[in-house]
Amino acid sequence: MKGTWRRDVILLSRRRDRIMVGVLTGSAVLAVGVLVIIVGYVLWQGLPVLTPTFLLEAPEKMGRAGGIFPTIVGTVVLTAGAVLVAAPLGVATAIYLAEYAHQGRTVALIRFGTESLAGIPSIIFGVFGFLFFVIYLDMGWSILSGALTLAGMILPTIIRTAEEAMLAVPREYREVSYSLGGSRWQTITRVVLPNALPGILTGIMLGVGRSVGETAAVIFTAGASLRVPHSLFDPVRTMSVHFYLLAREGISMRNAYGTAAVLVLSVLAVNFVAYYLMHRHLARLRGAGR
Amino acid sequence: MKGWEWLIRRVLVVMAFSSLSLLALIALFIFAGGVPILAEVGVEQFLLGTRWAPTRGHYGILPMIAGSLWVTGGALVLGVPIALACAIYLSEIASEPVGRLIKPALELLAGIPSVVYGFLGLVILVPLIRVLLGGPGFSVLAASCVLAVMILPTVTSVSYDALRAVPATYREGSLALGATRWQTIRMSVLPAARSGILAGIILGMGRAIGETMAVIMVAGNATLIPVSPLDPVRTLTSNIALELGYAAGKHREALFATGVVLFLIIMGLNLVAEAVAGRGRSR
Repeated sequence: MKGTWRRDVILLSRRRDRIMVGVLTGSAVLAVGVLVIIVGYVLWQGLPVLTPTFLLEAPEKMGRAGGIFPTIVGTVVLTAGAVLVAAPLGVATAIYLAEYAHQGRTVALIRFGTESLAGIPSIIFGVFGFLFFVIYLDMGWSILSGALTLAGMILPTIIRTAEEAMLAVPREYREVSYSLGGSRWQTITRVVLPNALPGILTGIMLGVGRSVGETAAVIFTAGASLRVPHSLFDPVRTMSVHFYLLAREGISMRNAYGTAAVLVLSVLAVNFVAYYLMHRHLARLRGAGR
Repeated sequence: MKGWEWLIRRVLVVMAFSSLSLLALIALFIFAGGVPILAEVGVEQFLLGTRWAPTRGHYGILPMIAGSLWVTGGALVLGVPIALACAIYLSEIASEPVGRLIKPALELLAGIPSVVYGFLGLVILVPLIRVLLGGPGFSVLAASCVLAVMILPTVTSVSYDALRAVPATYREGSLALGATRWQTIRMSVLPAARSGILAGIILGMGRAIGETMAVIMVAGNATLIPVSPLDPVRTLTSNIALELGYAAGKHREALFATGVVLFLIIMGLNLVAEAVAGRGRSR
């Protein structure tokens, strides 16, 4: 009797195991399915709208007709500005964290600042940028205000990724440099940074992806002007803001889908490059570390 | 050479403090913008007032606080089980090539702009809810569903890292005692990864509370305290984004004060997440 009871328990737990593994697998399939549906739907609706004229012409009647050229310019300029400001600061922070100080109060403070900043919602960045850059520093709705706000938003991503990339460089590399008489700065610039470069670029690409897709932080700092800008103090409208306004105010669903397709394709491409760089980089370093 | 190295180190320290300085600057300006109206209306009136009619002198944000809580709670209920299941699947069950396919897919999911999520919620989810469940469609439920998808990558990837950090010996010991895979996951892997998973859930919560554009597009934005998941709702973030464009004077200050409340909630969550993750590391 006892033997059959035990067999029942075993059979039951085996069956439960199969069910749970099925449920877990199903969840992963569901998550990937959602991604496929989102990207698939946007491209299915948006790709037919994409023509050279759509990309290269100015919008007419607030976006009801015409193309999206000025918003592409706006996106590129704002993103480039954000990266130009955030990348040096982020990489410098990462160098300090990875190569100079590993613990202590200074490091704890810097980490607290970085982690907290990473959690600040984009609308708070938008409000801050509006209060500080647009009003207090009197830059107005401009490329400058928008780019500086975005720079603050992507800074934590760049710091984190760059630090990880530098820590992944094997210690032996540094030891060889020191044993040849290299100073710390020489070691960093000639040994650590070149080897960590793909990882650092990953962080920058992730920052580019976030900048391109951002709306809340941009709409209150860079404005929503549909003109092609001529100086850093001109307002611009990015693709995300344009898409948001088209969709929310129901101006033109057709052009909204077209803009969404360009947006999704560019963000996916940027993130794909980021992911690819990181993995090739880690695989190479892991191979070298052995 | 020595002086040069010293100088570089100083410069790096100064640059490394940029994120902390920026955080302080954000806090300073948001508080400076919002505190005057808080002092005038009274913190209690502001937080617990149920009427938001800023042009007529009513500055109560309780409906928006309730809205943020509803929407975030809904997102966690819908999103966390799936995210956890994904993390467990990737860490414990998936074979190497399958994992190498799914992980990047989830990371791409994290990169899709929030306006796109909101837009798809608007054109797919809102009509679906309106037809199947009634009501206006613009609802707590629609916002929760959209947010659930948006927090999925965050919760999954932090939980995945926590599960991967559990030593293989835990699994081997359990399997050697005759436990099935699920028993091993439930009784030895999950408890060991608990604090990391909790930190991931808190991070997801922060993202859900802070999300703006996606929520605006599907939530309906009525300034009433919702009583059912099918009611329209306005969150703290939407309140700011919807009105900042045209608000002036005290109305505008009240929006900054909404920002103060949001900032404090997020910083609180950050600290909790940090404490939870820290406790996990020290164990």
